Formats: sequence, structure tokens, C-alpha cells
Amino acid sequence: MKKSRDDYLTIFFISIIGIYILIALAFPMYAILSKSVENKDGVFIGFENYQSYFSNPALVYSIYNSLFISIITMVITISLAFVFAYALTKSCMVGKGIFRSIAMIPILVPSLLSGISLIYLFGKQGIFRDLMMGYDIYGPIGIIIAEVFYTFPHALLIIITALSIGDARLYEAAKVLRSKSIRTFFTVTLPSAKYGVISAAFVVFTLVITDFGIPKVIGGQFNVLAVDVYKQVIGQQNFEMGAVVSVVLIFPALLAFVVDRIVQRKQVAILTSRSVVHEPNKNKKFDLIMLIYCSVISVFILTIIGMCLYASLVTFWPYNLSLSLDNYQFDLMDGGGWDSYYNSIRLGCYTAFFGTIVVFTGAYFVEKSRSVKTGRSILHLLSMMPMAIPGMVLGLAYIFFFNHPDNPLNFLYGTMAILVICTITHFYTVSHLTALTSLKQIDNEFEHVSSSLKQPFYKTFFRVTVPISLPAIFEIGIYFFVNAMTTVSAVVFLYSSKTNLASVAVLNMDDAGDIAPAAAMGMMIFYTNAAVRIVYVLVTKKILVKFQKWRTKTV
Amino acid sequence: MEQYLSVKNINKYFGDFQALNNVSFNVKEGEFVCILGPSGCGKTTLLRVIAGLESQSEGLINQNNKDISLLPPDQRDFGIVFQSYALFPNLSVKNNISFGLKTRKQNKETIDKRVDELLELVGLSDHINKFSAQLSGGEQQRVALARALAPSPGLLLLDEPLSALDAKVRQHLRLEIKNLQRQLGVTTIMVTHDQEEALTMADRIILMNNGVIEQEGSPQDLYSKPETAFSANFIGTTNLFKAKRISENSLEINGSTLECKENIKDDLLTITIRPEDIKISKTGNEKNILKGTIKELEFLGSNIRGHIEVDFKSEKTNVICNFASEYILNNNIQNNSSVSISLQPHALKVVKA
Ligand SMILES: Nc1ncnc2c1ncn2[C@@H]1O[C@H](COP(=O)(O)OP(=O)(O)O)[C@@H](O)[C@H]1O
Ligand SMILES: [Mg+2]
Repeated sequence: MKKSRDDYLTIFFISIIGIYILIALAFPMYAILSKSVENKDGVFIGFENYQSYFSNPALVYSIYNSLFISIITMVITISLAFVFAYALTKSCMVGKGIFRSIAMIPILVPSLLSGISLIYLFGKQGIFRDLMMGYDIYGPIGIIIAEVFYTFPHALLIIITALSIGDARLYEAAKVLRSKSIRTFFTVTLPSAKYGVISAAFVVFTLVITDFGIPKVIGGQFNVLAVDVYKQVIGQQNFEMGAVVSVVLIFPALLAFVVDRIVQRKQVAILTSRSVVHEPNKNKKFDLIMLIYCSVISVFILTIIGMCLYASLVTFWPYNLSLSLDNYQFDLMDGGGWDSYYNSIRLGCYTAFFGTIVVFTGAYFVEKSRSVKTGRSILHLLSMMPMAIPGMVLGLAYIFFFNHPDNPLNFLYGTMAILVICTITHFYTVSHLTALTSLKQIDNEFEHVSSSLKQPFYKTFFRVTVPISLPAIFEIGIYFFVNAMTTVSAVVFLYSSKTNLASVAVLNMDDAGDIAPAAAMGMMIFYTNAAVRIVYVLVTKKILVKFQKWRTKTV
Repeated sequence: MEQYLSVKNINKYFGDFQALNNVSFNVKEGEFVCILGPSGCGKTTLLRVIAGLESQSEGLINQNNKDISLLPPDQRDFGIVFQSYALFPNLSVKNNISFGLKTRKQNKETIDKRVDELLELVGLSDHINKFSAQLSGGEQQRVALARALAPSPGLLLLDEPLSALDAKVRQHLRLEIKNLQRQLGVTTIMVTHDQEEALTMADRIILMNNGVIEQEGSPQDLYSKPETAFSANFIGTTNLFKAKRISENSLEINGSTLECKENIKDDLLTITIRPEDIKISKTGNEKNILKGTIKELEFLGSNIRGHIEVDFKSEKTNVICNFASEYILNNNIQNNSSVSISLQPHALKVVKA
């Protein structure tokens, strides 16, 4: 068929977004791979770097350490989150909304903040140091507790979804057959939530093995892969070895990614079968147990964040416990001062704005355009890739690619722009999937109606698709903003003295021993993200309702 | 008369699966053509090929003396109503209808006038500011129709426009759409799987099965002169028999010899006869009389449908007949009553298997 103007425009936009992802992801990844097989002078030396890596027991031991904490955290987080999700979906306890909100708090802070909090709680000068019974919080114990805190909401969200799609008709059938609730649990609940749980397990695994902030802050002598990358690059300026460790780190992440995609596909198949939402029944004893359980978990989360809040306000821990805002005088410390906070806000806004535009447009072409089939599949594949790349690796890859003297894009290096590009890319996939899910709910014939009415596709896009998708678009924007505020791993390699960031400042101040100001800066990020979320809720309640009158049945 | 649209030798493959097999037909200007067939036979695919939403693997399409085979949809001249209506949910009725009017730099007044005109036409003037969630199914359907007609397209394409509605509304809208089409004189192709819908609305029916056109013609022709067993069976109700030739105008069904008015050539045949062409023998002088037993009577109002087990010479076979209700009731014919029926010779038709 001849190409219409719409087709040319589609090809044009798909190419632009495709090229963007190539530059922001594929080329840097190629750069890091080739770096790992070169010597310091850039000469190809095959697998020599890998040989020296694997003959260094200290480095190889990090692989075991990384796997160890990832698997332990995975087991703990999934168990805790499953019961929590079960309470939220299948019980009639009071305060579900509050529990859910509390459980989401860890998403709003940089991962390393929980490490700092643990130091205040259980460290050498900690409030509860006696509870440690001689064990050291610096090391695997501290890492695992902090990682559980950090990964809990991620697992919870996935498992809640999985549990809520459990078909009510199955529960009714089980009840009619007088199945005992224990048996119902094993024959109905668990199987239908199976894929969700597996998927959550792999997400947690990936988050932990690629996390850098927590082991950096509270790991002590306990080395893990992500920290090794940092140490090789920042500490020893050994870029080639950094590249090698990165490649090693990609493997488990990639594996988890592939398994997760396969499992997700099965989950979707369950979702599309017409299931009915299950309404739980009252059961006093069960509801009480669940209430107690959720309270305990919530107290744990609130203690961690509350400790940070307190620590940030104490004048000089543990000698002068009077409260003051001294620790918020960031301009008096190293780490970038208040500027780094403003930079983070800027990064958050730019990432949210440009990221949402790029991701939503990209997802629109993937899902809605009827021409250029291959282009669309390639674009979708490219959009799924960032999820498999750990942040540390992405950041390092950017150094190799953008800092290369022959790269015409070299001018981006050290600017805010490269931080924005890197952050958008780092969080691309989840946003892409959110956009796709929302677009899939829109009738595919809209584009056809529009072309039969001789209207260009962008008119339908702006007048129909975008307004209908506003809730998802806001959701993506918030996601980008919050993550841009909290991320450390990718940007830690890319910030310059002019573009220091709040999350990196937390890391650096902690490194310099200014733990209280680090906690204070972490809390600034928390206040900001919490405020943004609250504003978002108000906006969706008030303004969106006004613009979405059409959703209501009555005139 | 001039052909407005001509579709020539269209083949369409989805991978190995052939959805359309050498489909050709013509549509005259102002004609209302129904594409009728069971679900999955390729009707929607054919409509989408005509619209350019799907590209044919082979074949040509001419519209208004112009080869449009390779044109993208926005360069063809048609309006379309989808099965889902695809109304833009966030736009008011007015903005839905005016969606296609805003290109040619028309001024606001012209557009408003056109919208009012269309709303009047479909009888929805009171709903101009509502959103689609606030309209009934039938109303949504009419908005979709008005939106498709707004730019005055030369060809109107309707894909099962009534299938989502309940029976009452459907009957009402059938007439309404038909009248509208006549009034505007717009050439229309409608896809449906509902034979009653096709029979009541179409000037001409194109009957499809498994991606092939089985037969085309006026509703009367399709009903009274089915060419294939599929046509006979799909449109209305019918009886089908295997038969052997005896002579030019006599044949044998299950051992019984019957007279017919066809000019028989083949040795083995398929024969059809409509239920209403089977009469109860009153005098015993009618042609082709067979004896049988009533197995079941279905009351249809003025008619009663009888399922009769007929004693052909070599075996008993079930036959469906329509009788006037009055006659059945007056003569106290019940289940298990014996009757003599006559298969009228002119009504025995030879069809392709
Ligand atoms: N995009 C497609 N890919 C593969 N097969 C298709 C596609 N669209 C339709 N088909 C197949 O072609 C056949 C005809 O479909 P369709 O034209 O929708 O039938 P109808 O409208 O007559 O019910 C069906 O068997 C359907 O499964
Ligand atoms: Mg169809």
C-alpha cells in the first residue's frame, strides 16, 4: 500500500525515539562491553581482564556475597510482603488505606537512607545497640535489614495485584464445597498468586543485587558487586576492571529479567479471563491477627524513617540531643550544599517532563500505529531493555560512551542533560509498561475512525488519546520524578561539581562522616517526594475529576 | 448503470490462512449492499480491505472510476461505523460529529449548521452536549452514523452496526438506517451475520462463506433461487435431500420417485424445498404425495411449523413444513397424527452441494 502522510510521520517519530534509545542505551552498552576487553591504552586484549578478575579471590568473593544477600533478602521480603498483601486484600481489618500508605514510604527515599537509619539504631552509638548482642550492624545483617525495607513496597505492589485478580468465583466455589480456609488458601489463593509471587521475587532479587547505596553505607568490609564497580572506578580509577565487574553484574540481572518477562506473560493471561473481584468476609480472629501483623511491619517502617527524622534534628549525636536545624545547613558541609537539592528538583522535573513525553509517545506508536510493523517491534524491544541493565552499569557505560573524545555528543558530559538522559533511560521500562497498559484499554478503532475522517493521527492523539490517558500520564510523571530524586547508582558516575545531586550528597556526606547532615538531606528528599505524592492525590481528586466529566454516567 | 465500486479478484492471506478467496463484486451508485455470512467467514476483513485499513494480498479495487487499490485510508472516500462504534468518550456528541469537519478551514458557523443538520437527521438534537457514556446503545450507534456521514462521504461502510443492541431497538434502527440511506442516496455496504437484517435492509445481498462469495442477488432471488446448499440453508429454513436423476424432470429421493420442473442433467443431485412449499394433501390428487407422522408442532403465530417423519420408500426422513395455524387447529392435527403431504414439483430446486 502507498504510504500516507501519517505513515511518514509515524516512521519519522519511531525513528527518532529508536535513535534516542540507541544513543542512550545500546551504544553505551556496546562501549562498556568493548572496554572490558581492552587494556588501559584501548588495545584489544581478549578476555585478559576477565582472567585477572577471576584470579583475584577478593573480587570473586563479591559474587558469592551479592548472591547471598540477594537471595536472603528475597526470601524475607517476599514472605513479609505476601502476608501483608494478603491482609490488605483478603481480610476485613481496619486501616487498610493507612497501612498501604505506610508501606509505600520506602519508595520515597534513597535506598541508602535506611542504612543510615540502621546505624543510628544499632550502630556503635545506636539507641538499640545492645539488641545486637555483639554482632556488628556493619555487614550482611545491616545490608539485609536495609534491603528488606527498601524492597518491601516493590514486592508488595506486585503481590497485591496478583492476589486481587484471584477470581471470586473460585472462592465461592470453594465455599460452597465447604473447603476449609487453609485448604482454600493452598488450592485457590496460592496458585492464582503464584506468578505474581515469582515475579516479585525476581524484582526483589534484581533490586538488591544491583543496589549500591545500602552496601556502600552499611556494608563495612562486606564487598558486593555493585560496590566493587564503584570502588574500581572511583577509588582506583581502574575503568577496565570496572567494566568487567559490570558485565558480571549484568548476568544475574539479565536472567532475572528474562524469567520475570516469561512469568508476567502468564500472569496477563490470567488477568484477561473475566474474573470477578473477590470481597473478603469478616473473621474476627483472623482480622485481628492481620491487624497486629501489619502494625508490627508498619512500626518497623516508621521506626526507620522516624529515626532518620530524629537524627536529622538532633544537634550533635549522641552528646547534645537538643533539637535544631543545624544539620540542614548544607552549605556549611562538603557534598554540594543546598544547590545539590535544587539540582535534584530540576533533575526530577526535567526527567518527569521529557521522560513522560518520550515514553508515552513511544508507547503510543508501539501500541497504536498500524503501519511499520517491524519498526514497532524493534522499538518495543528497545524499550524493554533498560530494565535488564543495572544503574551502576548504565552510569559507567555513559562515561565510556559520552566521555570518549571522538564522540560528537561529548559536550553533554558533565551537564544536567546527561543526568536527565541517563535517568529517563534507567527508569524507561516500567514507565513504558504503564503507558502500554493504559493505551491497550483504548479502542484500537479510534485511529481508524480518524483516518476515515481524513484527520491526521496527531489530532486524535492530542484530542482523544492523551486526555483519556491523563491518569496514566501523571502516574508516569510522578514515577520519574520520585525516582530521579532518589536514584544514586547511575548518576553517581555522571554528576559534576555544577550538577551535584541530593541523593549523591547523602552518599558523599555519609562517606565524609557527616552522617547527620546525610540523614537530613535524605529527609529533604523524603519531604519533597511525599509532598509531590500528596499534591498528586489532590490533583487527581479535584482537577482530573473536573476534566474527566465524561467518565460519569449522569449528565 | 454505472458501477460506483468494483472489487476484483481480492485474495487476502493472514500467514498461511486465506481469509478472502478471489472475491469480486460490484456496487452501483446509491445501492445498499449487505455482505452476509456466518461469523469468521471474512466479512469484516473484506470491509477493511475496501476501507484500506487492511491491505489485500492480491486484487484491485475501483471507486468512482479511480483505482484505489493501493491508497491509504485517508486518501479514500468513505465513512465507517465500527461494531464498537468507537465514539471518542471524552468528546461531546457535537465534537464527535464535527471531528471530521474541521480540516478544510470551514468556519464555525458552517460546521455548527452541519452538526445540527446531522443531529436532526438521526433524531438526537437534544443530546448535543452529552458524552457517549451518557447515551444508550442505540443513541451511540446513531452518533457514530452521524459522525461517519458528516463529511458527506461517497461510500458508507457499516460493520455489524446493530449487533450490540437489543432486539427491539435493532428492529427499529433497521428501518431508520434504511430510510436514511434512501433519503441521502449514499452508496452503502453493510456487513452482518443476521440474515433477517440483510433481507429487510439490502437492495442486494452478497452471501459469503469461508472467504468465498457463495451467491449474490436481491433478497427475493436469494430466498427463492438459492444456488447452493449453503445459500438455501443460511437464508431462511429449508429441507435438503440427496437425490438421483431418473429423467429430465423426475428424480428419486430415498427410493421414492418425485416429479419436478427442473431440467436435470447430473446423476447425483442435492435438492432443496422450503417448508412453506410443502402442502398438506387435501384431495389426494396433488403431485408427489408422501405419508408421514407429526413428531412436533411449533407454534409461530399465524403459522405452525411441523416436524414430520416422512415415510420415503427406503427410509424415514425428517422434513420441516409450514402450515397455516388455522388449518392445523381446525382439523385437530396433533403430535403423532398421520398426514399426507405434497412436495410441490415447482418448489423442488436443484442446488450445488
Ligand atoms: N489480523 C488477523 N490475523 C490473523 N487472522 C485474522 C485476522 N483478522 C481476521 N482473521 C481471521 O480471518 C477470518 C475472518 O475474519 P473476519 O473477517 O473478522 O470474519 P467475520 O467478520 O466474517 O466474522 C477469521 O478466521 C479470523 O480469525
Ligand atoms: Mg466481523
